Amino acid sequence: MPAYRPPHIASKEITPKSAYLSRRSLMAASAGGALATLFGPGAAMAEALKAVPSPYKVDDKLTPKKDVTSYNNFYEFGLDKADPAALSGDFKPRPWTVVVDGMVAKPQRFDIDALIKEFPVEERVYRMRCVEAWSMVIPWDGFPLAALLDKVEPLGSAKYVAFETVVRPAEMPGQKGLFQSLPWPYVEGLRLDEARHPLTLLAVGLYGETLPSQNGAPIRLVVPWKYGFKGIKSIVRITLTDKQPVNTWQAANPQEYGFYANVNPAVDHPRWSQASERRIGEGGFFGAGRHPTLPFNGYADEVASLYSGMDLKANF
Amino acid sequence: MASAQMSFMKRWQPQLIWVLYGVGLLPAVWAFYQGATGGLGADPVKSFEHLLGLWALRFLILTLAVTPLRERLRINLLPYRRALGLLCFYYAAFHLAAYMVLDQALDLAVVLEDVLKRPFIMFGMAAFVMLVPLAVTSNRASIRRLGRNWIRLHRLIYLAAAAALLHYALSTKVLTPEQWIYIGLILVLLLYRGVRPLLPRPMPARSRAG
Repeated sequence: MPAYRPPHIASKEITPKSAYLSRRSLMAASAGGALATLFGPGAAMAEALKAVPSPYKVDDKLTPKKDVTSYNNFYEFGLDKADPAALSGDFKPRPWTVVVDGMVAKPQRFDIDALIKEFPVEERVYRMRCVEAWSMVIPWDGFPLAALLDKVEPLGSAKYVAFETVVRPAEMPGQKGLFQSLPWPYVEGLRLDEARHPLTLLAVGLYGETLPSQNGAPIRLVVPWKYGFKGIKSIVRITLTDKQPVNTWQAANPQEYGFYANVNPAVDHPRWSQASERRIGEGGFFGAGRHPTLPFNGYADEVASLYSGMDLKANF
Repeated sequence: MASAQMSFMKRWQPQLIWVLYGVGLLPAVWAFYQGATGGLGADPVKSFEHLLGLWALRFLILTLAVTPLRERLRINLLPYRRALGLLCFYYAAFHLAAYMVLDQALDLAVVLEDVLKRPFIMFGMAAFVMLVPLAVTSNRASIRRLGRNWIRLHRLIYLAAAAALLHYALSTKVLTPEQWIYIGLILVLLLYRGVRPLLPRPMPARSRAG
């Protein structure tokens, strides 16, 4: 049974940090905030991104933007698929920094807007397959994770990359209260070669605009050949390490979720089939738009070689 | 006041039972209308299936609550129990039909594989199969014909409830607060049957109807 009870975070442990964060963002936003209240619904509003088209593009029909931005798993905002869009109004994706540290020659803290300026943002149309057997086709805007990793110069001893989501109970309703679905922060990890693969993207937008909060603003991971839960959202820290990182879902239920989580129609979830998927926004009510699920989500040509010789049933 | 209410309920009982069927089926009609007109969000089939299953669970809880309400709070809903039980069965049947027709597009091979390999679907199917004989024997003629065996047969509802509970609990990645509430209610109602012999004698019901 998935009746996982996360340790309750004592409020005295989290209050100082959130108070500190909100004080700082209050000071930074006070000038702009006054303007925003006059002219628009606030800083979280999507802004246009300058993205160049890229060859990484599947031909499938795009999932409508309203579905991409209203049907989300982002438990920091709530468990219902509609919760992230409905309950992320207080979330402040600016100002934002990402720390890249660990086994690197040049650990650094990057400002999100500086990152977007520094790396050319590409538009990539990827399939997204959720472990719950539904899928979407999303035009992401972002840059390869490899570009950021090059910048900090990983040491030869680094074998894995660990990721961490922000913890802000004051802005993320799923992170406060008695009932908490998962222990925070949400964490994820990749092998270094997976992280450096050209398909692995740090997305900063979708449909040509900055990421909405419910989709993981301001920066999230997209690994199109893995189940969606590997795509950690609202990243604040990326750490190079020589040990295989624990990921949140594997820690919560190791029988059901692995470290690799490669999309694989031949390896079922213990409680449901992974052989096919419902394509969101397709077919509608009469005819669920069911598609067969492809090995590595259709990216086998690009990534299967990363796992040659590995038992994919054991390493699910 | 209370006695005026009682006599009203008694006088209009046959009509009230039909009202219960009508009102009880409204959520299904409304959900179907919403689904067909694009009002059920990005994954309408899943939402529709989920809603029908949830209503089956709600009517199951109401059905199981009739006896404890009568014995502990002197609220006699016994005349409505058959309607509540049948509404549970209808919603379970709609839920199964939505899964087979709308979700799996009548691909019986996939459905069969699901039933055999997925514990949560296995439990759901088992609960439905157990509800069938209960629905079939819910008429007065069966009650007369089966006599004491009718009561024995209808104890199957406890097993069906346990299977439905497992089906519901195993269907999601984590248990939501909403799920805990439903699971808690069903557990309390099932446990009541277990501890009943240890409790003080039930209060005499006001009316012996049904």
